[in-house]
Amino acid sequence: MKAIGIILAGGNNEGLGTLTELRAAAAMPVASCYRAIDFTLSSMSSSGINKVAVLTQYNSRSLQDHLTSSKWWDFGRKQGGLFVFTPYTSRNDNSWFRGTADSIYQNLSYLKRSNEPYVVITSGDTIYKMDYREVIKYHVEKGADITVVYKNMEGKDLSKFGILQMDDDKRLNEFEEKPLQAQSSNASLGIYVISRTLLISLLGQIIPEGRYDLVKDIIIRFRKTLKIYGYEFDGYWSSISGGVNDYFNTNMDFLNRDVRDIFTKNAPFVETKPKDEPPAKYNAGADVSDTIVGSGSILNGKIEHSVVFRKVYTGENSTVKNSIIMEGSYIGNNCVVENAILDKDVVLSDGKQIIGEEGNPVIISKGTVI
Amino acid sequence: MRKKEMMAMLLAGGQGSRLGILTRNVAKPAVTFGGKYRIIDFPLSNCINSGVDTVGVLTQYQPLRLNQHIGIGIPWDLDKRNGGVTILAPHVKGGGDSGEWFMGTANAIFQNIEYIDSNNPEYVLVLSGDHIYKMDYSKMLEFHKENNCAATIAVMEVPIEEASRFGIMNTEGNDKIYEFEEKPANPKSNLASMGIYIFTWSRLREALIEDSKVHPDSDFGMHIIPKMLSEGQTMYAYRFKDYWKDVGTIESYWQANMELIKTLPEFNLYEDFWKIYTNSDHQPPQYTAKDAKVSTSIVSEGCEVYGEVYNSVLGPGVIIEKGAVVKDSIIMENTVINSGCYIDRCILDENCTVGANVKMGLGENIANESKPKIYNTGITVVGDNTNIPSNVEIGKNCVIFGNTTESDYPENKLESGKSIIKEGASL
Repeated sequence: MKAIGIILAGGNNEGLGTLTELRAAAAMPVASCYRAIDFTLSSMSSSGINKVAVLTQYNSRSLQDHLTSSKWWDFGRKQGGLFVFTPYTSRNDNSWFRGTADSIYQNLSYLKRSNEPYVVITSGDTIYKMDYREVIKYHVEKGADITVVYKNMEGKDLSKFGILQMDDDKRLNEFEEKPLQAQSSNASLGIYVISRTLLISLLGQIIPEGRYDLVKDIIIRFRKTLKIYGYEFDGYWSSISGGVNDYFNTNMDFLNRDVRDIFTKNAPFVETKPKDEPPAKYNAGADVSDTIVGSGSILNGKIEHSVVFRKVYTGENSTVKNSIIMEGSYIGNNCVVENAILDKDVVLSDGKQIIGEEGNPVIISKGTVI
Repeated sequence: MRKKEMMAMLLAGGQGSRLGILTRNVAKPAVTFGGKYRIIDFPLSNCINSGVDTVGVLTQYQPLRLNQHIGIGIPWDLDKRNGGVTILAPHVKGGGDSGEWFMGTANAIFQNIEYIDSNNPEYVLVLSGDHIYKMDYSKMLEFHKENNCAATIAVMEVPIEEASRFGIMNTEGNDKIYEFEEKPANPKSNLASMGIYIFTWSRLREALIEDSKVHPDSDFGMHIIPKMLSEGQTMYAYRFKDYWKDVGTIESYWQANMELIKTLPEFNLYEDFWKIYTNSDHQPPQYTAKDAKVSTSIVSEGCEVYGEVYNSVLGPGVIIEKGAVVKDSIIMENTVINSGCYIDRCILDENCTVGANVKMGLGENIANESKPKIYNTGITVVGDNTNIPSNVEIGKNCVIFGNTTESDYPENKLESGKSIIKEGASL
């Protein structure tokens, strides 16, 4: 079953505060060497989807930069490719994307010019590995109009999710967006399968009525008239954009061997734009524990329970604990960094201390010199 | 017709037999170096960093791994519409019913004249895929043009007492070469050839064709350079003063790797402006566990260290399990060292599995019985795709290759200097 992909990477994720001041959530660095969108792109590629559109709007530069070449995800093909769509002005229309459905509608020609029967729609800021072929197979078996991928999130804060209520056959009865009192723990993962022609006709119907949202104006509005089914995913899934803690905890999840093994030891692997850094260098006196380290980093001193990205330098007698240190940051000698997120290219001169609270990490924004 | 000012021909067909089991299944240029790299990455990266975007790679011995590594040249940006990297293997020639192997360094180039002509270059850079160094070939080309040379040969100053191991250039005061001597007993100069040549293509082309009639094993050092000198062609020595290492023996290979782990290594991989590129499928994070200890080591992407690693070089995807200790060793891609192992001064090639509680590198320094000239400095070497069963003790200068089982280790031991080679095990 052939499909094309659409990655909705346009949201302005205020939940991440200063971290997304200059970048899209989909471009957030994750787990020492990836960007968030790599996970979805890699799943698309390994599911045999070879034509993918990334719809982006806020701070798209960082994302564009990451996606300059599509060959790393094997999209640089005559049949297919990676398309990055940002809002543009034309004679008839000069609006920004007014919502998720509108962003697809404004690029309707992408849908119209394709001939694959299905469309897989996902977000770009979630961390997981999925074989979309399984979802499409299920979609066809069920004779569904739309399939919504969900995960049982029992015990999690359900008020951040869209919650599905389904009958025994998994057909959707109700869909509540960010409910105060969730009626089930089955949370939508924002991953949908729909036939291409149905999507085109639904968009043609709702946009002229001034309805622009995929969830509200298609899933919820048509929950009774269309056959919408739920597909349960029970693998690892985490969103980075719900808030700083979501971002922080998702990174820390990679300190867990089971989570790492999913992405790094079992094919298909997660691909990213290569940076060609040399191996990480542990100097004499380095004392690193429970930490992931990006290539090109040079480590002295103590690092504990942390995520260290590429090309980071930590100085002698420094201590880094429970922190995220992004690419190119420099920590001098005798520094203390605890419960902190150092964005890219932060420089801490000798002896500086950055100490946040557990569960409330302090964020040092990109390029800050202290 | 398109035109390239300078293209490169990279000689990557040699076995490098002094690297023993490490070059059993791969040519020397495909041997891993510095954790994530292969030796050929250095000249290839130098090419693209110097603006040379057309490279012919000549293969002959065990080319499979090399072909897979180079592919269409994407990691080095050598996947070009006009130029790029081309793998050149010996082949059957049209019009005849048989082909021939590359019989010598110059003969290999002679057999590929057509390929070079198709790129229509002014100059041809001849490289070998055996050395670790960073060099801007465009500066050497400028030197070549300034001196109006037919050939320019890159040279290193070596200690005069070692000069008899090298091809030596005897020069006039201004570095103009008047004589070349291969491994002279009484060297007159200490300028050693690095095996890096720039030729003005028209001159080289002529020399190759003429020499092919006399020497079927035509070699640059033995034949082409002496011939061109005797004809009075202008030839200069280009002095190179930076890091350059031949990693041709087990000991020098081990030493050169170990130099990278120093706090301030002489050869710096961490410079942004002259990156070394390599083909690594994906670059997952590297993890160092809670009770792990890692110091004075370089650790590549995807490694998982639960044990202790000191003074070592780890390639991508290596796993060191809890309680294992690795010292002064080189562990290549995807090799797994299980818990309780003790590995001291060993080289383990790719995709090996070492069972639990294996001790390696113990005992006396007795040279290897079957190949004493190759394995004699105490380093035990394990070939690629080798399995070693749990609870065995292995000495120094041992060689192990293939799927070994307990029955291969009488009393769970392999004494220093002994070898186990299981033929065909992983081929």
